[in-house]
Amino acid sequence: MKQFSTFVRKEFYHVFRDTKTLLMLFGLPVVLIVLFGFALTNEIKNTRIVICDYAKDPISTQLTELLSKGDHFKIDKILTHAGEIEAGFKEGKIKLAILFPPGFSQELIHQGKAEIQVIADASDPNTANTVTSYVHSVVLNYQQTRALAKPESFQIIPELRMIYNPELKGATNFVPGVTALVLLLVCVLMTSVSIVREKELGTMEILLVSPINPLLVIIAKAVPYFLLSLVNLAVILLLSVSLLDMPFNGSVFLLFGVSSMLILAALSLGLLISNSTASQQTAMIISLMGMLIPTLLFTGFMFPLENMPIALQVIANLVPSKWYYIIVKAIMIKGLGFSAIWKETLILAAMTVALLFISFKKFKIRLS
Amino acid sequence: MMDVQVRGLRKTYGKPPVTAVDTISFDVKKGELFGLIGPDGAGKTSIFRMLTTLLLPDGGTASVNGFDIVKDYKFIRERVGYMPGKFSLYQDLTVEENLHFFATLFNTTVEENYALVKDIYIQIEPFKKRRAGNLSGGMKQKLALCCALIHRPLVLFLDEPTTGVDTVSRKEFWEMLKRLKEQGITILVSTPYMDEATLCERIALLQEGKILSIDTPANIIRSYPDQLFAIKSDQMSWLLKELRNNPEVKTCNSFGEYHHISFKEIAADTESALINYLKKAGHSNLELFKTAPTIEDCFINLMN
Repeated sequence: MKQFSTFVRKEFYHVFRDTKTLLMLFGLPVVLIVLFGFALTNEIKNTRIVICDYAKDPISTQLTELLSKGDHFKIDKILTHAGEIEAGFKEGKIKLAILFPPGFSQELIHQGKAEIQVIADASDPNTANTVTSYVHSVVLNYQQTRALAKPESFQIIPELRMIYNPELKGATNFVPGVTALVLLLVCVLMTSVSIVREKELGTMEILLVSPINPLLVIIAKAVPYFLLSLVNLAVILLLSVSLLDMPFNGSVFLLFGVSSMLILAALSLGLLISNSTASQQTAMIISLMGMLIPTLLFTGFMFPLENMPIALQVIANLVPSKWYYIIVKAIMIKGLGFSAIWKETLILAAMTVALLFISFKKFKIRLS
Repeated sequence: MMDVQVRGLRKTYGKPPVTAVDTISFDVKKGELFGLIGPDGAGKTSIFRMLTTLLLPDGGTASVNGFDIVKDYKFIRERVGYMPGKFSLYQDLTVEENLHFFATLFNTTVEENYALVKDIYIQIEPFKKRRAGNLSGGMKQKLALCCALIHRPLVLFLDEPTTGVDTVSRKEFWEMLKRLKEQGITILVSTPYMDEATLCERIALLQEGKILSIDTPANIIRSYPDQLFAIKSDQMSWLLKELRNNPEVKTCNSFGEYHHISFKEIAADTESALINYLKKAGHSNLELFKTAPTIEDCFINLMN
């Protein structure tokens, strides 16, 4: 036992005395969360729009006010003539125009329905889609509040509800994915590099020619990274809840439990990589390439898995982070308990056990 | 009682296989200071790695302290101390931390075996708070030796401990080894420096994975077949060429300040005849005298 604790202490010394490792360990998650949360979000803010209001009646004014209220839109100009709209698009200053026809309120009140025209710059189809959907939701909201006050005023209210993410926040999609990415990257990278470093320095030779059980060496190496990864996870969660307004509805305990499994899977992957590499550089490249690309592609937070060909969907099933992503979304956003995610958890657990088993089996008790 | 027994040990690497250790056999007695002497690539490190159970042999058997290097590797790992050729301690841990770590690794404490390493450790103790990576070459070597000794091993393997260490530290190092030997520890040491061979009790001369000769250094020198002469002039490289082309001369090799030569046949006037011949050829300040062969002479002789 004393052997083990001395070993773990030694590993902590290695981590805390190497600024590069420290930076990687704690800088990377923060940078990734901030990057994905703020810079790389698919949420569109402060879109400049114009409004051409022929009606100038109470409802059109109210709607205009509602549109300018949130931080999605910034009203550039209120036009009086539709001919000026095109000029705004051509200059590229605006992304969207809204046109209220004359007699808008009257038509709505008398006939129970009226139209407004929403014109979007579709040269960037994704942006156009997103911003028109914002307009749509603002209009729908307005209809609903009106309907509550005067039930007879509108006959049909179209059903369009955005569940879990009514404000179309980007962070809810990214945080679980980035969490998986960070845990995988950091754990795989750190374990593989720290074991290969012992090989490179030649200290592995001395460790092997000693009575210590090689498994103990491995476990002692994994312990600090395991603990530090949990700290990392806490930092990520704090950042995403406080900075990115990420909801947290489920059990913290359950989330940490599932995360521990992913960390273990990552640690054993790192061990596997270290087995077949001889230099820190190679270990680093394999870990980065081998982790980054599948995690980005097949987790589902960047590219929807549903749209992929069947073959790729099958491959995605082999990526642990895909299951982790599903579980974290269920716990954090939907606030579901274990009964809802037991299947995914079981798959993740099976992967972890299999990886641990293979890496222990393949661990070399000699030099070659 | 033999502490190390090697029988027909063989090791090959890669495909097509390159033979690194070619069917060698030797014994090391308990408490002996045994040297493996040979140039780089002679197979010294491979032999050490097989004996310390780090590599599996491709043929033959060997035992250390009575334990088989393949079957009983766990027992060997408890009993031997190993110092690899490359400085292999944790550079980011201090001197003290390294020593304590290796003591714990072997289930012992620094205090328990301090007597054994005291002489050596005292020299690096002023720097005990310094990180191992910031030590000088000689001090790193001393620390590595302390760490290899801290669990009082029965057999100590030192792979090229003096490579890259200055002359003074090398001398000190060998004196430390002699004192350790007096404590009853069997020591196997490898070195490419032929002048260190005479500091061992017995040596094996290695070349391309084969043993050329095993004996005490004195016996190996005694068995040198010819009378050896040292020769010198002001034109050394020309002299070497000239002597090698001379039909009377059997061998001629450069040894620092002098060339060592042996003759095919020695008559009463051989020496004076050579001097006269070389003088006529234009050499100045000629010097020729009898000399005792060194291990290097023996090595070159055995190599051919």
